Amino acid sequence: MYELNDVTKRYGNGRGSVDALAGVDLSVGDGEFVAIQGPTGQGKSTLLQLLGGMDRQTSGTLMYDGRELGSLSEGQLTRLRAHDLGFVFQTFNLIPTLSSCENVETALVPLRVHGSERRRRAEAALAEVGLAHRAGHLPGELSGGEQQRTAIARALVKEPRVVLADEPTGNLDQETRDDIVGLLEELWTTHGVTLIVVTHDDLVAARAPRRMRLEAGRVHEELPMGA
Amino acid sequence: MFFRYLSRELRRRSRQALVVSLGLAVGIGLVVAVTAMATGVKQAQGTVLHSLYGVGTDITVTRAATGDPPTGGFQVGVGSDRQRISRDRVLASPGQSSFDASEAVTIAKLDGVSGAVGGLDLSLIHLNGKLPSFTFPGQGAARTGAPTAQSSAVVTPGELNVSTSSVSGVDTTNVSIGPLSATRLAQGRTFTLSDAKRDVAILDAQFANQKGLGVGDSITIDGTSFTIVGITSPSVQGAGSDIYLPLAKAQTLAGAKDQINTVYVKATSSKTIATAKRAILQADPKATVSTSSDLAKQVTGSLSSASNLATKLGSWLSIAALLTAIALATLLTIAAVGRRVREIGTLKAIGWRTRRVVGQVMGETLVLGLIGGALGIGLGIAGAWVVTKVAPNLTATVSSAQGFGGPVGAAGGNPFSRTISVALHASVTRSLVATAVGLSLAGGAIAGLFGGWRAARMRPADAMRQVV
Repeated sequence: MYELNDVTKRYGNGRGSVDALAGVDLSVGDGEFVAIQGPTGQGKSTLLQLLGGMDRQTSGTLMYDGRELGSLSEGQLTRLRAHDLGFVFQTFNLIPTLSSCENVETALVPLRVHGSERRRRAEAALAEVGLAHRAGHLPGELSGGEQQRTAIARALVKEPRVVLADEPTGNLDQETRDDIVGLLEELWTTHGVTLIVVTHDDLVAARAPRRMRLEAGRVHEELPMGA
Repeated sequence: MFFRYLSRELRRRSRQALVVSLGLAVGIGLVVAVTAMATGVKQAQGTVLHSLYGVGTDITVTRAATGDPPTGGFQVGVGSDRQRISRDRVLASPGQSSFDASEAVTIAKLDGVSGAVGGLDLSLIHLNGKLPSFTFPGQGAARTGAPTAQSSAVVTPGELNVSTSSVSGVDTTNVSIGPLSATRLAQGRTFTLSDAKRDVAILDAQFANQKGLGVGDSITIDGTSFTIVGITSPSVQGAGSDIYLPLAKAQTLAGAKDQINTVYVKATSSKTIATAKRAILQADPKATVSTSSDLAKQVTGSLSSASNLATKLGSWLSIAALLTAIALATLLTIAAVGRRVREIGTLKAIGWRTRRVVGQVMGETLVLGLIGGALGIGLGIAGAWVVTKVAPNLTATVSSAQGFGGPVGAAGGNPFSRTISVALHASVTRSLVATAVGLSLAGGAIAGLFGGWRAARMRPADAMRQVV
């Protein structure tokens, strides 16, 4: 699915420049569940942005499904994000004026799914994350866990090939955190998506079969427990 | 999704939406009110100009007076009652000299001229009353007239009234051009071809009312009795003549056979007025040729002031207000988009195209523009209504000595000018409403373009910003 070879990302120019990624080599297979850990400011979010086609690397190659993401046009990247990639953010990022169901529907807008079909699919996605009864509620009327469930439904409704989650439990209490990780795990199993979760939480990372550590802009594979 | 998202966003930012809409409303309201007033002033100017020399007249041709002003005396002391007097004196209008009536025929054949008729504008001075009497002691009888130098007399004062009326000699072959075309027939009929040699008259309604005359009555001018066939009202107060006579009859009264002092010219179209003016001046270099635009420049008084106020100060004020409102709307929109960085970044991250995001922002500002436009049109109409209700009558003063071909009016102290009063009606036309809608959409679009530009520059990675 992903093949990264000596990928760097540099912000700024000259002496004030910062290397967020300093030669990342990484390979993620189709249908894998990978957790990327690391301290704050070590480039986790930057890596996720590159994997999600939201930004371009400074050097190196970043292949997604045989295509070099860095060479795609903005329009091609937008289409890729719309069709193939689902995002889950730490701060949920729901549109505050739209209901839970309408927020899920926003993911289907770029796919040109209209009217009742869009509604039906959004409601089905909400039902899958256990929020059918909250479909008409605004984000402000939902708990943090419910908002993140809505965000997960928004990521899944388009039936993506990859779900990229940036600290999905960062703003949640412990009990809700377990629920959300359980839900992601379940969806990974049932939908067969490639799931890449960036987290600094060991308990969340422990649920992933494959764990990476990002430090000083480089990725280190962590051996599975007991290996 | 587009409209739902749009309406909810506007509701969420209702206070800002209100400020933007009201700002645009004030700007557009001012544009509507000022333009309506300017249109009203323009219409008033048109009304004044038409009333001065006729709806069907595009050009007047006169000649400035060269000799002494017309003078005349009254012969008194004839008749059975030597103390009573009632005499008329008909004079050509001051400031103008008369010329041969064939000039109208010559002008009618010129390039750009559709028709031309001659007219003769006269002043009628009517002397009426009782002469003073002189009694010489010892003679036992009163004598009227000039006393001898040697005698001393007791003088009994007399009562003399002098009134002035304006008379227009009208070419009865074509009344659609010339002084009668500026009036509305209130009673009776207008002149026809067969009236050319008849002793008939048409009176101004106010003049007829003063004299207690109506259709079918007769009026005596300098010993000739004219049957009144029609009563007319001027299109605006103060315009028009008191008495209209067939041209030949007016010429006889003035002792000016085959003479006229004004040619009323109709151009083939509004575009040929300048051509016609050049042709007339070429044919008769001594002529004073006045077009409607020349006359507009001669108009002074509150109408002229209102015109200047509306076109200069008013236009700039409304444009400044509109530009301020659009600038305010633009700044508020850019600020609002700036507060939605994460929201817009998220939409881009999940695959919304930049065009769609910009369209969403522009849709919001266009709706605000339309709301502002609707409010503004309402404000403008209200403003125009208030202007119409409270605005006093505008007066226009036109100098007749500068080439104005109409008769000398009785109003005003200066006999060479006339003052006309016309009500100001600020009118909101359909095209003005359409312009206001266009302006409001343009205002919304400009604000939306800037807001959209700000949104377009946002990156999908902004979705992952922690602090917004």
